[in-house]
Amino acid sequence: MSEKSGFWREIARGAAGLAGSYRETLRHVFEAPITEQYPEYKRVLPERSRGRIILTRSPDGQERCVACYLCSGACPVNCISMQSAEGPGGRRYAAWFRINFARCIYCGLCEEACPTLAIQLTPEFAFSGPDLAAFVFEKEDLLVDHGGKDSEYDFYKHAGVAVEGGKGSHLDEDEPIDVRTLLP
Amino acid sequence: MNMLLGVAVMLGKMALVLGVVLTAAAYLVLLERKLLGRMQLRYGPNRVGFFGLLQPLADTVKMLLKEDTVPEGADRFVYLAAPALAAAPVLLSFAVVPFGEPLVLFGRSIPLVVTDLNVGLLFVLAMSSLGVYGVALAGWASDNKYSLLGGIRAAAQMVSYEIPLALSLVPVVMLARSLNLSEIVAAQDKCWFLFMQPVSFALFLLSAMAESRRIPFDLPEAENELMAGFHTEYSGMRFGLFFLGEYMNMILLGLLVSIFFLGGWRGPLLPPLVWLGLKTFLVPVFLIWTRASLPRLRYDQLMALGWKVLIPVALANALVTGAVLVLWP
Repeated sequence: MSEKSGFWREIARGAAGLAGSYRETLRHVFEAPITEQYPEYKRVLPERSRGRIILTRSPDGQERCVACYLCSGACPVNCISMQSAEGPGGRRYAAWFRINFARCIYCGLCEEACPTLAIQLTPEFAFSGPDLAAFVFEKEDLLVDHGGKDSEYDFYKHAGVAVEGGKGSHLDEDEPIDVRTLLP
Repeated sequence: MNMLLGVAVMLGKMALVLGVVLTAAAYLVLLERKLLGRMQLRYGPNRVGFFGLLQPLADTVKMLLKEDTVPEGADRFVYLAAPALAAAPVLLSFAVVPFGEPLVLFGRSIPLVVTDLNVGLLFVLAMSSLGVYGVALAGWASDNKYSLLGGIRAAAQMVSYEIPLALSLVPVVMLARSLNLSEIVAAQDKCWFLFMQPVSFALFLLSAMAESRRIPFDLPEAENELMAGFHTEYSGMRFGLFFLGEYMNMILLGLLVSIFFLGGWRGPLLPPLVWLGLKTFLVPVFLIWTRASLPRLRYDQLMALGWKVLIPVALANALVTGAVLVLWP
């Protein structure tokens, strides 16, 4: 008799399990779907999400890029190329700068390699198209008129240009120490 | 003259049934995708046309325009014929399903059924058995291991569940004393067979679900193990035929359930066709609901359920019904 009651208990348990899953799916019908309907609703992506690449400017409006080739060296798919040049005050810049977005994998290594915060990834991701040649972006396509993630950062205030007034005259720089005074 | 008129009426009825069934099947796909979507907290198709209502049309165009590929090692003739073999028996079954009282037009009585076969029930069962061929041959002819496994599973499953399907209808035939579907409906004048034969109803629904190869009995096309099972290699409208066959089968199932157990087109107030439509609608919705709720059975579980549970219960049910009919005629 005990075996029989076990059998019926199993059946009741199974039926309850079935009813539970049916109930759950029925409940969902009366709930609002969680789908985000993309073209109509565009979710605001986090600032650091990795999309289209831009070249930013320092607060004084000049190009940040010093054409050091670090981004191009860090790029695992070799989609960044440039030619460096030197401006009048010894300031380096990129004569041309090119990113092939058809090849880019949006890994963000260029951004991490950049010492001047010039190259940055933006949350913009929807710029696909049928023409491969249209994905080769030149410098004028990449340059923007703002500072991107850290607009206050100014690399050239601290480094990268020839010092004009001699040692110790630069911003926040200590007077040079006369090592001879340290002699015993 | 009389004969010509008869042929015209027959052709008209065939065109009507075909048109309604095909349209209903196309929109059943949409209903399934929508309802399944909502059960999984998403929308389902809502881009093509208002509320996604043109989606079936877009799908049809897509399937018709797709390339019809045949695998290199395939048995070409069998491969090409199998989809038709899968869909045709379902379509043929609709021929004997009545959808209303005979209509009187211009003094002529037109039965609302394509052919009022007096062994209609046997015909339906025979057609559902023939459905195995399409699936099994498709699996075999594709020259693909997954397809072959799917085809074998389909054959085993459908042959096994054919038995409880037929046995579950034995009490219905005993009560109606007829194999004619119209007369079975007529026999439910006072009381639906659902209330007289609830066990029979459950058995029929379960085995018919297994026959139509839907979750939780969709082992022949189990995505996880067999990719798409027997129709892995099919593309374009040949795949579409399998698809259409499955959905027409759902509608047929709905019609059969309403005719065998829910009193057919009988019901108060509303016109008979509306009643039949409503009752028919219930089964596909239940099947979709089931698809959203239950996982797939394991193969041995499937076979155990069929042979160790459904068949003995069906036999016992037939026995008890017979005994009751003999003792209280």
